[in-house]
Parts: sequence; structure tokens; C-alpha cells
Amino acid sequence: MSELQQEPTSVQGEGRWLLGDPIADNRAPDSPIGDRWSDRKFSARLVNPANRRKMTAIIVGTGLAGGAAAATLGEAGYHVKSFCFQDSPRRAHSIAAQGGINAAKNYRNDGDSVHRLFYDTVKGGDFRSRESNVHRLAEASVNIIDQCVAQGVPFAREYSGLLDTRSFGGTQVSRTFYARGQTGQQLLLGAYQALERQIAAGTVEMHPRTEMLDLIVADGRARGIVTRSVLTGQLETHLADVVVLCTGGYGNVYYLSTNAKGSNVTAAWRAHKRGALFANPCYTQIHPTCIPVSGEYQSKLTLMSESLRNDGRVWVPKERGDSRPPNTIPEDERDYYLERQYPAFGNLVPRDIASRAAKNMCDAEHGVGPGGLGVYLDFKDAIGRLGRHAVEAKYGNLFEMYQRITGDDPYETPMRIYPAIHYTMGGLWVDYDLRSTIPGLFVGGEANFSDHGANRLGASALMQGLADGYFVLPTTVPNYLADGPFDPIDESHPAVVEAVESTRNRIDTLLSANGNRTVDSFHRELGQLVWDQCGMARSKEGLEKALDRIPSLREEFWRDVKIVGTGDGFNQSLEKAGRVADFMELAELMCTDALHREESCGGHFRVEHQTEDGEAQRDDENFSYVAAWEYGDGGKPVLHKEDLEFSYVHPSQRSYK
Amino acid sequence: MKLTLRVWRQKNADAKGKMVKYPMDDVDEDMSFLEMLDVLNEKLQLAGEDPVSFDHDCREGICGSCAMVINGTPHGPQKNTTTCQLHMRHFRDGDTIDIEPWRARAFPVIKDLVTDRSAFDQIIQAGGYVSVNTGSAPEAHATPVDKVSADDAFDAATCIGCGACVAACPNGSSMLFTAAKITHLGLLPQGQPERQTRAISMLSKQDELDFGGCTNVGACAEVCPKGIPLASISQLNHDVLGATLAGARAD
Repeated sequence: MSELQQEPTSVQGEGRWLLGDPIADNRAPDSPIGDRWSDRKFSARLVNPANRRKMTAIIVGTGLAGGAAAATLGEAGYHVKSFCFQDSPRRAHSIAAQGGINAAKNYRNDGDSVHRLFYDTVKGGDFRSRESNVHRLAEASVNIIDQCVAQGVPFAREYSGLLDTRSFGGTQVSRTFYARGQTGQQLLLGAYQALERQIAAGTVEMHPRTEMLDLIVADGRARGIVTRSVLTGQLETHLADVVVLCTGGYGNVYYLSTNAKGSNVTAAWRAHKRGALFANPCYTQIHPTCIPVSGEYQSKLTLMSESLRNDGRVWVPKERGDSRPPNTIPEDERDYYLERQYPAFGNLVPRDIASRAAKNMCDAEHGVGPGGLGVYLDFKDAIGRLGRHAVEAKYGNLFEMYQRITGDDPYETPMRIYPAIHYTMGGLWVDYDLRSTIPGLFVGGEANFSDHGANRLGASALMQGLADGYFVLPTTVPNYLADGPFDPIDESHPAVVEAVESTRNRIDTLLSANGNRTVDSFHRELGQLVWDQCGMARSKEGLEKALDRIPSLREEFWRDVKIVGTGDGFNQSLEKAGRVADFMELAELMCTDALHREESCGGHFRVEHQTEDGEAQRDDENFSYVAAWEYGDGGKPVLHKEDLEFSYVHPSQRSYK
Repeated sequence: MKLTLRVWRQKNADAKGKMVKYPMDDVDEDMSFLEMLDVLNEKLQLAGEDPVSFDHDCREGICGSCAMVINGTPHGPQKNTTTCQLHMRHFRDGDTIDIEPWRARAFPVIKDLVTDRSAFDQIIQAGGYVSVNTGSAPEAHATPVDKVSADDAFDAATCIGCGACVAACPNGSSMLFTAAKITHLGLLPQGQPERQTRAISMLSKQDELDFGGCTNVGACAEVCPKGIPLASISQLNHDVLGATLAGARAD
């Protein structure tokens, strides 16, 4: 990365960021797109089986990407150390994914192929992803289904005994495999069981309730991590030959999101501050079908699977402020606005479009429920057409969950839904091999930026997590390890000592503030600010406002946060405080990225850049690049651009009409 | 509504715990149970008191983290519902609510309502998997699975590993948890080659840990938030008997 270490060339955006040198190479093979992954697999160097157990790989996170990678590298014979902050690797947040996993099996004979899945994903990402990576993802998708079935994942089946599929947003084929509304759970348990098998076999050493707080970079290579035991508060160092982060996304920067409460950006952000570039942080995904907020005590938002849009019809009353109960509003006074605006895709338009359309309806005062922040998702027609029994078989658990949370019965009354933050496409920058800009640091799953561009299609997150974990990392990590053996390292190395010291200082500073506000109250304020200014619609004015406010909020946080208790034992407020401190810094980079990207694309909608009918207006001439940010001097972001080339899918305005 | 909470407070694994009373003045019926505890914790922290520790993560009833005995019942009064999905509309103004950790020898208390459930991971390590390495899988459609078996396997596989079954059992037995995994894998063709060793190995691991024996009380299935049927235990016993007769040994 010597090209990144030169002096930045110019100051941009009223001094808010600097422009650095472009990223010259993402190291994908030059061959035709369909051959690239086979070529890389063949060119990847191998490690002699006898040498593998002498090499240690640290894998942080045990979701689909981390769990699958740890199990697979363990099977191959490497010495793996796996970490999660939860009490068991089975609780990683991949478990909450409901809808399904895409794969180009074409079992339906409906015209699907690897190329079509590749095409749909590049288009769905609004032409802001890297073709080489996406093609590999589509290729791996078919192997994932085979692997999971062999593990005993109980996918839904038809009476023939063959696998069932359903349709998801942004596609016109039926390629989504599912296990009722709990696909993520079943896939994660498959990976978890494979991981536990390796733990029993002694290849994987598991460290649950252990949180990574810093990355150790010694002599230019990632060589380990600093962790804190959630149980005892003890800081420990773990040294290795390679570090892999599969630590998920940063949606909790918004406080209210569909992420688990513990999901956080700390591991990725620490790596960023140690030199890894952070790419496209402003690409965040708002999921259109979540249960609306019911009060200010709200701690998280609950998603209702996108699969519901297969049979549910989205509507609002035609009349503004119409507060009649939904079942009393006659057909001709309802606006099925998605079917009206997007006749070709109807209720199955991609997530960003469905979310924005709901926001527009609510902004125009057609919203329903408390505060007018909701639209209806109605199953009356589906129940009439298929019968209640068939609807129950498909969505029973989702309906139950809705009823448990809201107290309303969706078989009788339409659901009320509203968009909520759900996934983050941005993440640590990686090359084709999922290597970050720090040698020896790899990043997989939602934590990297690589495959979804500016918008992720439904049922593609599970696909990417497992592709990275089962197939990509187990090829590319050994290729890196073949460079070894690396210089021996121990606890006395200055880089190790420094990382432990700075982690300890940070914890001590948090504990000694003894101010007047709780961690949650700061997190809520930050979340509201980011949601208002860097959420579904962004403007120059709003982003600048946020950028002016965040540093002072951060300063207040460090000065006025109140954490009861000490650092040497179980202290959940202290854990949260460390995470919120990092969200405070990330939020600023997100807003900077959103401000610099003077175009609308996918989940990033700048109000200044829209077509006459309110659709996102991309600017391919000026913004067809990945924005990879370096943590510059004093925290000033330095922008490195990776130009995107589209040789196989020609960028067009996405049209779902 | 106004409520009185009586919460189990225990500083650490070695300390003696006790129930502590907290009045709650302003509880909204749309709050989830954990959101109500969040409100309590905000108040405690501002008063300089140690907040109540409890495990929680997804808050959508699927990760299996949350674990509280509410008024004597694991996960509280609502059937098929985890603590995080329980809402305050199921309580009445003026109620007193007792909140305790899982109580079982195999799940020692770490702090307040947090317990150590790692014994479950050890049961899975003893055979709760199909031994297939990545990359060695045949084409998914090579082996059809009849829909009924696939659906029944799914029903067993929905176990979230929360441990309510153990907490409800007077013997502290993990039979339902173990049986759910044995049933899930045993119903699928992919699980057949290891079916007998799996049953024997997982059951002996469970006995080796601090879980009690099963005496067919059935409290486990009553409180299971995912509705794992009691019949899974019959399936386990069937598989163990078959394996024993066939002379299978623990792996």
C-alpha cells in the first residue's frame, strides 16, 4: 500500500476531507469474468498439511461468515482461535435473518443462471459494486445450497421431496431457498454445528464472551488482537499469523435498527484506525417492512421478512390523514402505490425503492398509525385466493411475531409497517481476495464492503456470508499463510504493549468520567441525528448540520458519560460505552462520505440528485468509484478512489416500472 | 401502569444473592419486558446504583440469549414466547413481578440474571452435527427428502438453545434440548450414518455434565418458547434403544 502513504494531494469539501491517491489495483485476475475465480483458486498457493497446525488464524465473529470460515479452516487443519462476545457462537446475529438465501440453481427452469444472478446483483446494487466479486458470489451460491443440505439444514421442500424456492425483491425468477421464516437460524446452526465439531476435534479454540477491542499490527502485518473478557474484565492478547474479521455491520449507529443490541462496529473501526481503509460507509440499507416505533422507550426495531411482499399488498388511504380503521376503507379509496408506480415489479420492487416510496407517502400525510409513520401491508386478497391455511403455512411464524409485538391480528387487520435500518453495504475495503489494506488482515461477510454496491438485494446477505466463509476465505487465507513463517512475535513486542496500554487507557477514561448521562441516552441522541440527516434521504444542508454536531456530542460523551461499577468484572454499561464511543467516530465518517457523494445511488439518496419523478439519479461520470477512506492525521478522512469498471453489465438507470 | 418488581441480585458467582424490590411507576403496555428493565436500569444508573445484568441480544425471540424466570415460569406467562417478545400488556396495573435467573445446577449464575449455559455447546460438540467437511457435499437434489420428514425435522431444529427446558425441569434435565437435535438430524437422510453414535454420545455427554435425569415430567415442553414437542424425547429414547441393541458406542 505504498501508494497510500504519500501526502494527500488536495483538500476537499470545505476542508472536511483530503483527496489521496487512487487505489490502483483490486488484484482480481484479468481473465474473462467466468474464469476469474477458477484461475484464482488454481494460482492460490497451498500450505503443506503438516505445516497447517503450526499456523494460527484468529477469526473474530461467529456468524455465517466467521463460523463457516472457522469451521472450514479447522477442517483443513489450521490452528483456529474463534471469538464472539455472545455466550455461545450460536447466538451471532445471522441467526435473525428470516427470508432466505439466493442461489442460481435454476431448479424452477425459469431462466435463472449464474450470469443472471450476477446481473441482478450488480443492477440491484445500482452499479456500485465490483463485477469480479459479484460473479464469484453467484458462482459460489450453488455450492452453498449443496453444502447446507449435506449438513442437514431443513430447507422447505415440495411434496416431490425436492427443494422449494420463492421470489424476492429485485428479481423475476424464483431462486430464494428458505426454511420457513427462520432461514438465517437454520443456516447459522449448520455453521455452528460444523464449528462445534471442530472444537471437539481440537482444531478450533473457542473464546465466547470475549470482545475484540484492538488490532495488533506489528512490523506492517496484522498479528493479533487485544480482547476483554466480558466475564472477568481481563484484557488479553492473542497472537497469530493472520487475523480475519467477520464482525458484521454497523447499523446500530442509528440506535434503532433491526440489528441485535450487541451488534457493533468496534472491531472494524479499531482496524480502520490501525490503517485499514473503510469503504462506502454511507451505503446503508433501509428495510421497507419493519414494525413501526411505538414509543420512546423503544430499544430496537423488528423486521418482517421481505418475503411477505410476495403475497401482501402495500397501500395507504387515498385521502390525507384518513384515520378510519383499515377494514372500513373501501377498495376505491385505497392507493396501492407500489403497484401503481411500478407495474412490472409491483410490491416486489427492491428495498431502497420500496422504503423511499413509503417515506414519500408518509411525508405527503398518507401515513397511518401513531404519528402517521406507517403504511399497510394487507393479506386479505392472499387469504381470499389461497385460503388462510396456505398463508399460515408460508408466513405463520411472522404473523405470530407481529401479533405478539403489536397486539393486532394480521389475519384480520392489515399489518402496519415502516422502513427501518437493516443492513450496511459499506465496510472495510477488501481486494478480490478479501484482504484489507493491512497485510494479514482479512474481512468477510457484512463487515466488508465488497459485493452489494449501494443496495443489497433480499436473500443475498446469507449468500455472501456463507460464500466468504465456506469458499472464499478458506482459499485466500492459506494463500497468504504460504508467505510464512512470519517473524516470531511475543507479548513484549512494542506494538503489543502499545495496543494493550491504549485499550486500558480508554477503559479507564470511560470509567473515570462519572458524569450525568447514561450511555443509552447518548446513543439515542446520536442515532436520531444520524437517522434524520443520513437516513432515508440526505441533503448537503442536513449532512453539514450533522457534521457540525457530532464532534461536540462526542466531546460531551467522553466528558459526561456515567458508567456505574468497575472494569474488572461483568459490566454491561462499560461494554456498551466502548461501542458507542466508536459509533460516534464512525457517524462522522458516514456523513462525510454521504456529503462527498454528490449523486443518488441505491440506499444513498441525496435530495439534490433525483429525476423528475423522484427516482435516484446516479452520476456515473463522476462517481463510478468505491470511496475508500483512510484514517488520516488527527482523524481527518483521506479519500482513495477505486474506479469501477463495468465490462459485462452495462450501467443503466435502474427501472422496475 | 404501576408495578413492583422483585429482582434477583447477585454480585458474582460466589456471592449470595437476594430478591430486591423496585417500584416502577410509568410502564407502558406496548413496552417489551426487556424494555421495561431498560427503563429500570436507566434509573438505577442515574442514581449511581449497579444496573441489573441480563443476557439479551436479538430481541426478536430467535438468538436464545434472554433467559428469565418470571413469576416462577421460565420466559413468563405467555405460551411460545421468549422473554424479549413478552409485552407488558400481559400484566395488570398494580402487579408484583418476580424476576429470577434460570435455576439449574448445570447453569451456574454469573451475575444477577445471567447464567453460564456453555454446557449446551458441549452437548452439541458430542455429536450434534453431520460430519461433512466443506466442499465434499453432493448436489442438493441428489437425495430427495419427503416433505413430512423435512417439516418435522424443521420443527425440532427451531430450538434456540435458551435453556428454559432445563430451568423448568424439577430435575434440571436437558433432555428436550438434546432430543430436539437428535430428532432434527435423525429424521433426515443426511443424518442417518451417524444416527446411532450421535444418540449415544450426546446422551452420555449430557449425563456427564451437571444435568439431571429425565423422569417424563413434561414441564420442559410446556415452557419451550419454540414449541419443541415432548414427542422428541420419545424419538431420542427410541434412537438410544435402537443404538444400544445394535451395540453402538459413544464416539
